[in-house]
Amino acid sequence: MSRIAKRFARLKADKRAGLVTYVTAGDPNLDVSYQILKGLPAAGADLIELGMPFTDPMADGPSIQLAGQRALKAGITVDATFDMVRRFRKETGDNDTPILLMGYYNLVYQRGPERFCKDAAAAGVDGFILVDLPPEEADELKPYAVAAGIDTVLLTAPTTDDERLPAVLKYSSGFVYFVSVLGITGTSSATEEAVRTHVERIKRHTELPIGVGFGIRTPDQAAAIARHADAAVVGSAIVERVKAGLDDHGKAKPDLVPGVFAYIKALADGVRGVRKA
Amino acid sequence: MPSAPNSFRTGPDERGHFGIFGGRYVAETLMPLILELEKAYNDAKADPSFQNELDYLLEHYAGRPSPLYFAKRLTEKLGGAKIYFKRDELNHTGSHKINNVLGQVLMAKRMGKTRVIAETGAGQHGVATATACALFDIPCVVFMGAVDVERQAPNVVRMNMLGAEVRAVTAGSATLKDAMNEALRDWVATCENTFYCIGTVAGPHPYPAMVRDFQCVIGNETRVQMMKAEGRLPDTLVACIGGGSNAMGLFHPFLDDKGVRLVGVEAGGKGVETGEHAASLTGGRPGVLHGNRTYLLQDEEGQITEAHSISAGLDYPGIGPEHSWLKEMGRIEYVSATDAEALAAFQMLCKLEGIIPALEPAHALGHVIKLAPTLPKDNLLVMNLCGRGDKDVFAVAERLGMKI
Ligand SMILES: Cc1ncc(COP(=O)(O)O)c(C=O)c1O
Repeated sequence: MSRIAKRFARLKADKRAGLVTYVTAGDPNLDVSYQILKGLPAAGADLIELGMPFTDPMADGPSIQLAGQRALKAGITVDATFDMVRRFRKETGDNDTPILLMGYYNLVYQRGPERFCKDAAAAGVDGFILVDLPPEEADELKPYAVAAGIDTVLLTAPTTDDERLPAVLKYSSGFVYFVSVLGITGTSSATEEAVRTHVERIKRHTELPIGVGFGIRTPDQAAAIARHADAAVVGSAIVERVKAGLDDHGKAKPDLVPGVFAYIKALADGVRGVRKA
Repeated sequence: MPSAPNSFRTGPDERGHFGIFGGRYVAETLMPLILELEKAYNDAKADPSFQNELDYLLEHYAGRPSPLYFAKRLTEKLGGAKIYFKRDELNHTGSHKINNVLGQVLMAKRMGKTRVIAETGAGQHGVATATACALFDIPCVVFMGAVDVERQAPNVVRMNMLGAEVRAVTAGSATLKDAMNEALRDWVATCENTFYCIGTVAGPHPYPAMVRDFQCVIGNETRVQMMKAEGRLPDTLVACIGGGSNAMGLFHPFLDDKGVRLVGVEAGGKGVETGEHAASLTGGRPGVLHGNRTYLLQDEEGQITEAHSISAGLDYPGIGPEHSWLKEMGRIEYVSATDAEALAAFQMLCKLEGIIPALEPAHALGHVIKLAPTLPKDNLLVMNLCGRGDKDVFAVAERLGMKI
């Protein structure tokens, strides 16, 4: 069983939904970014998404675009991202919290899908979420991911109808990521009712857990998602806390890291307050 | 290298691939819409009334066919190949972009879309889209890099006059690639009612093939016109390349005519050796951006690097995927012309032929100036004069230190 599968099994046994937190690797710099990563589980993250900055993040709104720019400026690379994960596994001894890399396919393609999968697995990465790799193109990655024991979490959207869902699910493992709104990250939020309807629809097609993201910013919203889905994913709102912790020169203020953790704790309390059957 | 196919004109395959290039690397939200567009486009291709309506507009609204003009003075000056211009700069709105836009806006109507978005670099595609949207009474939003808003100001004014909203994009390098990112971001949020009118042979399948098909009117006309003028096919075709639509439109109908030499001219900026250029095929390598796999300017890791060109329309770090494939197949030669060569060509054409070209085809001419003298006098060379220079006069005047 993969770490992701184990984590969802555990959440199920605990009768609660999970909190998936997104942070951009290298934001605002490599050192502070690692401090954030290291403390995420204690702050309440059940799964971690680590964004790989890309110069042209076509599916991201301003918050994550800016985070990526900060990280690139600070010198983040793919190797440095792998190093963060390796160090996390070694220094914290946390061998249970899944870490997924999220980003755009070109970085994978340039390293070579096979090598990328091997290197990621060796560093302690558990899954990939590649925004611009739909099932139509996933064949060029999937066999290598399977061989390396890496889960591929594909996205489903409100536009993914029942006819198309099986194609997406065929390439999905670990969990299914439902993008709850039409749009880029960090903009609008879906209604609870819309989320419920879509989650029920997707559940009819798969046993995989369902994580719901895009537009979740408050503990109440996270709780609303937790009532219907297996996990709530929060990204832009966390990244905005990173930005809020920077001074006018872009330097991290002392309260940056605690501020991020306090916010995540509030989200986690929201999610954990919902008892599941 | 893969072996040559029987025909270079059959691509893409059903998944939108030209060899390893092309494809559909887009967010899942857009995937169903792209499949819907593909289906709608296949229906339209099989529907004679669609082609009839498009042909009517191309003739009576855009002013096609554009002339094939023998440039006598330029030919004499260069002393080699017999140079013809395919005069797509005489089209309504001033460039070849209208050929594609009329096709796509008809598609938007056919699909019941109520809003059109576009990206633009030089502003020619934006102006063409704003024009067609005015004609068909469809709200239009054009994304344009802030740098380009500055250097192609006349086109911004035109778009506004035509009723389009121009959104200046400040992200990244604030040029064409960033405008395309922003258009894609808009589209993800609005795809249910919005048609994305892409301006070149790039983007996810079916765009590269669809835009090519709409631009092939250039090459098809050239074939007929050259037969009439000279009784045979041309020997050499030259076109500039940003994303590659005017070049593909001219070249594609000739891909299987082995005797016809095809030359694409990328923007060499300050010189390919300086690293400051927009020559993706010469200076880049395959990668994935904007929905397709193609040659890209990028660093080791795959971060996209900024393109540099005096011409906003060529200032793009990628190129249409079919060009990448044709490069690898060896069917088209790809070269580059620098900013300085384009500027010199621009001035030469004004003085010799009384034509003010856009800076984009001035790059093609920059190469013709080098190539033509090396060719025999009976070599029939056609250059795609794909845009006029009204939009560029201020920027060029400034570069040349002229007082306005
Ligand atoms: C006149 C003109 N030519 C060429 C181009 C480059 O595009 P393409 O390579 O698709 O023809 C542009 C783009 O803005 C243009 O305005």
